[in-house]
Amino acid sequence: MQVAVIVFPGSNCDRDAAVALERALGKKPLMLWHADTELPKLDLVVLPGGFSYGDYLRTGAMAAHSPIMREVVARAAKGMKVLGICNGFQVLCESQLLPGILLRNRSLKFVCRSVTLRVENNNNDFTRQYQQGQELSLPVAHGDGCYFAEPDTLKQIEDRGQVAFRYIDNPNGASRDIAGIFNEKGNVLGMMPHPERAAETLHGSTDGVALFASVVKALA
Amino acid sequence: MTQPAPKMPEISADVLRRIAEHNMTRDEYRVLLRLMGREPTQAELGVAAAMWSEHCSYKSTRRWLKTLPTKGPQVLIGPGENAGVVDIGDGQAAVFKIESHNHPSYIEPYQGAATGVGGILRDVFTMGARPIANLNALRFGDPSHPKTRSLVAGVVAGIGGYGNCVGVPTVGGETNFHPSYNGNCLVNAMTVGLVDSQRIFTSKAAGVGNPVVYVGSKTGRDGIKGATMASGEFDANTESKRPTVQVGDPFTEKLLIEACLELMATDVIVAVQDMGAAGLTSSAVEMASKGALGINLDLDKVPLRETNMSAYEILLSESQERMLLVLKPGQEAVAERIFRKWELDFAVIGKLTDTGRLVCMRNGVKEVDLEVAPLVENSPLYDRPHEATPKQPVIAASAYPLPSGETPLSVLQKLLATPDLCSRRWIWEQYDCDVGGDTAQSSGGDAALVRVHGTNKALAMTVDCSPRFCAADPVEGGKQAVAETYRNLSAVGAKPLALTDNMNFGNPEKPRIMGQFVGAVEGMREACEALDYPIVSGNCSLYNETNGQPILPAPVIGGVGLLDDVTLGMTIAFKGDGEAIFVIGETHGHIGQSTYLRSIHGREEGAPPPVPLTAERRHGKFVRALIAARDVTACHDVSDGGLLVAVAEMALAGDKGCALEVEATDAGFWFGEDQARYVVTTRDADAFQVKAEAAGVPYVLLGEVFGSALSIKGAGAVELADLRKAHEDWLPNYMGQ
Repeated sequence: MQVAVIVFPGSNCDRDAAVALERALGKKPLMLWHADTELPKLDLVVLPGGFSYGDYLRTGAMAAHSPIMREVVARAAKGMKVLGICNGFQVLCESQLLPGILLRNRSLKFVCRSVTLRVENNNNDFTRQYQQGQELSLPVAHGDGCYFAEPDTLKQIEDRGQVAFRYIDNPNGASRDIAGIFNEKGNVLGMMPHPERAAETLHGSTDGVALFASVVKALA
Repeated sequence: MTQPAPKMPEISADVLRRIAEHNMTRDEYRVLLRLMGREPTQAELGVAAAMWSEHCSYKSTRRWLKTLPTKGPQVLIGPGENAGVVDIGDGQAAVFKIESHNHPSYIEPYQGAATGVGGILRDVFTMGARPIANLNALRFGDPSHPKTRSLVAGVVAGIGGYGNCVGVPTVGGETNFHPSYNGNCLVNAMTVGLVDSQRIFTSKAAGVGNPVVYVGSKTGRDGIKGATMASGEFDANTESKRPTVQVGDPFTEKLLIEACLELMATDVIVAVQDMGAAGLTSSAVEMASKGALGINLDLDKVPLRETNMSAYEILLSESQERMLLVLKPGQEAVAERIFRKWELDFAVIGKLTDTGRLVCMRNGVKEVDLEVAPLVENSPLYDRPHEATPKQPVIAASAYPLPSGETPLSVLQKLLATPDLCSRRWIWEQYDCDVGGDTAQSSGGDAALVRVHGTNKALAMTVDCSPRFCAADPVEGGKQAVAETYRNLSAVGAKPLALTDNMNFGNPEKPRIMGQFVGAVEGMREACEALDYPIVSGNCSLYNETNGQPILPAPVIGGVGLLDDVTLGMTIAFKGDGEAIFVIGETHGHIGQSTYLRSIHGREEGAPPPVPLTAERRHGKFVRALIAARDVTACHDVSDGGLLVAVAEMALAGDKGCALEVEATDAGFWFGEDQARYVVTTRDADAFQVKAEAAGVPYVLLGEVFGSALSIKGAGAVELADLRKAHEDWLPNYMGQ
């Protein structure tokens, strides 16, 4: 199994994601630089949190046009799994691998706190080790986490079971309390909360562990 | 400073105007004339004025700072470099420093605070360290002052905006409000980094002919004369100084961190210095001076983002996110490849010489030709007149009893809702405290704890100062600031290693202000010596005055400690019903200068609490031993607000109430701010008492953790939910959410 974390200029959760992945995988993931145009054979790509390109223009907008993203989009279409966390979620929306967009938080302020989520769909390779409806404690840390989509789109993703997680205590004003969504085929997951920051006792919550374990098991 | 040479020509009106614009005195100008033997060019005047500014030269404070203890077996590098370096074992070291950005933050709060964070980060990664944590100490004016709200909003957003983007967690800090900061807020930022002890980089240039390389952002006209601005007072025209504030780009800083650390992992760097105050001038002069060499710069090679910049502007720009490197000969290509990868500017702009002179060319003209050594060594040194602060009488607690109709608990509820004691959640939730994945404890406790990546150790860190104590008695106030950091580190179980100081004072040309500075240094020195707790870095910010009104003096202390086992990290939260609550240390009921006296009786008076340094040391050691032996389940130092506030904070943090069995109703007992105290909880009260007695540590049993309310025997109870509301609501309400 081959797993990679993509490093954009301004990524800052790349190491954190790699540490959590290593714990689940038993080996270090590849770290790929954004300017690479060719991808090795990969089973899972993680787009980490941070401020790719300084969030200039719009969050995730410049990274979505990074050389490596063309290849990620093409591979995702063929079924490669992609996980986008925080800024990675924003990049996935800007790349149109996921529907909708992340707007400024309703408060207009950056928010860093632990939030409670509910698992909305555990019938997916990223969430299989959670219980349906299980409540998770995961940290968020973002200024642009307010998920938004047109009503038709929202209806569609809800009807198709594409909502992965919903906030119990919505920290950013996201539509329908949406914290994370799958693409239609279910091989791409974007989420604002940070599972890699709830991955060991030191973090105060280990609720993120099952996410990495689920996808690693699915790929094994 | 030596006297001017006789028979100097009269200084013309035009020159007088020019030197006044640079905050340079006539005498300083005469010294410069004598050193140069001719009139300086505009660029030379700018360079000399910047190097001799209070900000860069410490001309008013050097003689006093020299008296501070800076050595110890743990100290690898003390003051004088970009940051202090302390050994933490296993071949690793902690690198840290605190620095002010007060003047810029008042003029332009977002950018002022943001670039303050950027500057201190650079000081740390310049030395080869990866920054692992940021902290800040903020002081704003009266909440009712029309500027305060926008300053709070802008400064907090600026700190968050920069720190969050660079991916360094902001893990702690402190915030105060006082009318003396109405016209001059304080923004002090601290960074802690981690370095391999064998790979520490310094700014000492070496190797005649070695290339001098500029990396990072391009140079613009922002921040020109920032250092001289920071060395003067504010007045009604402060707004017009806005163009002297720099603009930060945390994205570039993040790239610069990664590029520099990548380059530092190779073997091509001789010396490195960030461009901070006084920009290229200061970094070039520092590097040359430390290496006793000269430096030739071709300013035409400096990457510029604006056209037609003069030598003066290029040399004094404080554009952010720039570094100066000296490379080993022939290694330019290695470095250039790394900086190009990170899409940063890279330019060889000069070389080291054996002339001992700073020579700068611009458009074929020699704009600067100055001897380097005098710019540093012959910089002015003043022994300014200083007047000790008159001692204030000790106030008996009985003089200010609880107001009629009030109980200790009703007063507690009021205190928790005051600007100085309310929850700072509104602030800290705007800071990413977890990035890096190593944060074990952040804001809301006594000290932050950040694990040393890949190990089981952790660094503890805190910033503290009680300006009202310092104003009433600078010596005790200086001691208190040091002692409080020592306590906060001890309260999480960490051994205090060393500290960094940020001396925020008014105009040193006033004997009363200089007396505050001298007193605070004296107190700090005593405390550092008594606690074996040396100072390894620091920064002075003087002239914090507006229209002649000085701030309350604030010698802010940043302390760093080491915890060998991060799983031992202690928190303030009550853990379990039935656990006994003890206060360690002596409670005399000292209410002079207390938060209680100020907030409940509206008075700021009396002597501050004396700091019993021997007890501080003994109690700190005792508490650390209890934590290491897992004998206690919670620990909190007693500081602002006194004993009952400390207990309430523990109850709120753990969401567990307590029953206090002490039948005391006097304000002094509950709200006095006696020093050297901690509140702890334990499952084994008997064992605790045996150990305390063996250690000669005084203690009082207060009661036990219990239920969902905080009660005092004979004085009623208050539900935690009500206390929490009082504690949490003030700041968000004030900020309008």
